[in-house]
Amino acid sequence: MTTMTYEQAMEEFDPVFGIEVHVELNTATKMFCGCANEFGAEPNTQVCPVCLGLPGAMPVTNQKAVESAIRLGLALGCSIRESSRFARKNYFYPDLSKDYQISQYDEPTCYEGSLDVVLDDGTVVTVAIERAHMEEDAGKNTHVGGSGGIQGADYSLVDYNRGGVPLVEIVTKPITGMGDRTAEVARAYVATIRDIVRALGISDGRMEQGSVRADVNLSLRPKAVAGESQDDVPFGKRSETKNVNSLRAIERAVRFEAGRQAALLLAGQPVVQETRHWHEDTSSTTPGRSKEEAEDYRYFPEPDLLPVEPSREWVEELRGTIPEHPAKMRARLREEWGFSDLEMRDAVAADALDLIAATVAVGTTAQAARKWWMGELSRVANDREVALTSLPVSPAAIAELQGLIDAGKINDKLARQALEGVLAGEGSPAEVVESRGLEVVSDDSALEKAVDDALASQPDVLAKIQDGKLQAAGAIVGAVMKATRGQADAGRVREIILQRAGVEG
Amino acid sequence: MSVTDWTRATAAQMADALAAGEVTSVELVQAHLDRIAAVDGPVHAFLHIDAEGALETARAVDADRAAGVSLPRLAGVPIGIKDVLVTKGLPTTAGSRILEGWIPPYDATVTRRVREARMPILGKTNMDEFAMGSSTEHSGYGPTRNPWDLDRIPGGSGGGSAAALAAFEAPLTIGSDTGGSIRQPASVTATVGVKPTYGGVSRFGAIALASSLDQLGPCGRTVLDTALLHEVMGGHDEMDATSLDEPVPAVVEAALEGARMDLTGVKVGVVRELSGADGGYQAGVTQRFEESLAKLRDMGAEVVEVSCPSFEYALAAYYVILPSEASSNLAKFDSVRFGLRVEKTTVEKTMLATRAEGFGDEVKRRIILGTYALSAGYYDAYYGSAQKVRTLVQRDFDAAFERCDVLVSPTTPTTPFKIGERIDDPLAMYLNDIATIPANLAGIPGMSLPSGLAPEDGLPVGFQILAPAHEDARLYRIGAALEASLAAEWGGPLSAQAPELEVAE
Repeated sequence: MTTMTYEQAMEEFDPVFGIEVHVELNTATKMFCGCANEFGAEPNTQVCPVCLGLPGAMPVTNQKAVESAIRLGLALGCSIRESSRFARKNYFYPDLSKDYQISQYDEPTCYEGSLDVVLDDGTVVTVAIERAHMEEDAGKNTHVGGSGGIQGADYSLVDYNRGGVPLVEIVTKPITGMGDRTAEVARAYVATIRDIVRALGISDGRMEQGSVRADVNLSLRPKAVAGESQDDVPFGKRSETKNVNSLRAIERAVRFEAGRQAALLLAGQPVVQETRHWHEDTSSTTPGRSKEEAEDYRYFPEPDLLPVEPSREWVEELRGTIPEHPAKMRARLREEWGFSDLEMRDAVAADALDLIAATVAVGTTAQAARKWWMGELSRVANDREVALTSLPVSPAAIAELQGLIDAGKINDKLARQALEGVLAGEGSPAEVVESRGLEVVSDDSALEKAVDDALASQPDVLAKIQDGKLQAAGAIVGAVMKATRGQADAGRVREIILQRAGVEG
Repeated sequence: MSVTDWTRATAAQMADALAAGEVTSVELVQAHLDRIAAVDGPVHAFLHIDAEGALETARAVDADRAAGVSLPRLAGVPIGIKDVLVTKGLPTTAGSRILEGWIPPYDATVTRRVREARMPILGKTNMDEFAMGSSTEHSGYGPTRNPWDLDRIPGGSGGGSAAALAAFEAPLTIGSDTGGSIRQPASVTATVGVKPTYGGVSRFGAIALASSLDQLGPCGRTVLDTALLHEVMGGHDEMDATSLDEPVPAVVEAALEGARMDLTGVKVGVVRELSGADGGYQAGVTQRFEESLAKLRDMGAEVVEVSCPSFEYALAAYYVILPSEASSNLAKFDSVRFGLRVEKTTVEKTMLATRAEGFGDEVKRRIILGTYALSAGYYDAYYGSAQKVRTLVQRDFDAAFERCDVLVSPTTPTTPFKIGERIDDPLAMYLNDIATIPANLAGIPGMSLPSGLAPEDGLPVGFQILAPAHEDARLYRIGAALEASLAAEWGGPLSAQAPELEVAE
């Protein structure tokens, strides 16, 4: 099949796109039962009659999930419906235990919002949100044998641990007028959603684990001719590329689909309205089941559940918990902290903003906080292959450690040893300094004795110093530091040596 | 009390005798097991007998009673459970071959309450497949026969639960009523059955037919027995989101009050549209109904006629809503997780073959109807219109209950018909439930109790009482009063007049 480049496609056509983002909520339990909502457990160990769809079982709505969905809707500027309903979406598939999915259809809880998306060059694009609704996830099929797909597999296994995990699906309105920035906007939109759900604390936002997933809809239409408004040109047939699960892939999927559709249209062939699969390895899409258009989900109100009717007071209370828009917060923090663009980008990428902010909040300078979290602690996290946020050390402890340095109690080298103790669970930085005896030796009599011992073992050094070769003092400083296991204040040691030599430093 | 055959006693008498030490639970259970062995061959009320489980419960109750442990009122009184309720460790099929051999890993809430009430479970009673039917001829395991005439139907879908009572195989049974499946079998077997207010009894663990209509309820031979069981079953359950969060109505107290036969000040409405005023009701049914009205008047009640014009459309609306919900509820029977699997080369073919083989004709008929009614383009015309009728039916009831404390009608237009007579005429079968369906559409409680035998065929006639939602106690008060006044005339309960069944060796 022939394709064109994205750039060529953009010269010929006007793109229209829309994105559906599924966010897995990080509630303790599933959407409609008490099973643990946890990624990575042994298959079919987090299941019960409800999420297995056993005969007789009934769903009960997780109120924490409703709270998370409403907070997300508020963060997306949505209106919150006073009464919304769950609906059944009926289709047969082995990973869907009841053979219907409980979702929301004509009455989503959150509707009509808008979200500002900041592009890399600072351009702000406002994306109109159509709805954000709650639903349950399906289980996971594993096809064994053949190519790994359902076709040709020897057999298939189903893991229902994910079945019933709470999701919020965010659907944009068609986004127009982005031209050749379409791919960039698509990526930035999903990145913003990811940042918002993390800031809200309602999802871990890990795209690689599927906790944020995107479906990308794209169509092309001819560019308006002179005298015609682009808005008057009807939309073309769209493709829906499913499960595009990284920011980079979103950009690439848009680029590929635009090129593919443009080539078809220019060759006089129709674009088929269909779902397509994204292939990470080849950065391309292939057709999914073509009968999508004929699929009829027979939606009807879920009779086993009562309507969701959040009180106005509760919604207002939740509105008070919505954090600042991530892009605005970053701009503000960069300003306050005096970080360079690069420093800020690194801190964001390392998921360190909250940690730095919390460290700054208890009195450390922004640069010192950055130095710890982006330096030694990032290195430790990297060695241990864990997230920075899951290291067993608090921002308060880092602030305390920096305070000990600032007060001259320890030096940088001792501070790293103290941190090692903190990470090993030996207590607070002050406790570790105490128990490991890490405090800088500032008692002159002890230092003088150490200097005299060192001078006695290297008698020629004193003469060299007296001859003006001051750098020879370095050997004595080294010996003293060794004797005191690094706890001596090197500057003070040097002063004592020069005093002994009768030379003024 | 001195009793030679304990199976003839009421549940209340059994409970009193147990408490007084006049009989043991083991004796009661054994008497009923013997009776089942003697007569259930031709009656076929039970699909599964759990003799050992029932005796084990009985022995434990007897031991506790001997040890002076305080026990619930019905502790030790045996019971039969409709096979629609899941019972941990006991086969549960809902009358369908598709669930043959399935042993549920959990208990329905009502099953749990029965166990907590320390009632020995004799076994599971027969029913129309997935409760679809009015004759129990649609059971996947063969029909149940009416103990009053073995050539006739015992009603349905809960024919097993009703026949077990009429044949003295159990003093109490549990039923489920979606359009009359408790009340119509009670009517044609001269027993008592109650459909409580929607939400009054937890549906958790009841295999769903139509979730917005289904309600579990008690079945017995007397109004008081039924009330005693109602109080065991009822009450809020956090596993059922539609369960009412309010105390169980004081139905036992109401039954005791009714038995004093004073209905002064009670206003009884005869629903014109449900009482054969326009013909079509069997003469003997109308005659017994009129006689019962006279009894109510004799006890001080005022009887008036009310009209509920939208009831004309109730049956049609019901046969849209029920199949629609059922088509979705029955989707889970797909061979993947439990029950029958007819293995084919692909999962799609396996699902199709399993459902083709496992479901009976009536179930298939309703799945097809419901799938059609919910389809895109037909939803508004069918499901949407049916829901509007439902609202109109509710309004008619509201208006009628402004004028009356309870509404009454014959439970069914005729006495039980012959097995096979209507099996090929679904519409004639559906008309059986013309008087019982409106209560399910409105969610209000209803009771059927015996009002005598039709002179022309000597078969039972039922009297239906309906009350406003949450006012279940009114059914018991009026019902107990009518029962007492009729028993005074008959010289005992009508059930005692049932013909002797041939006893197997």
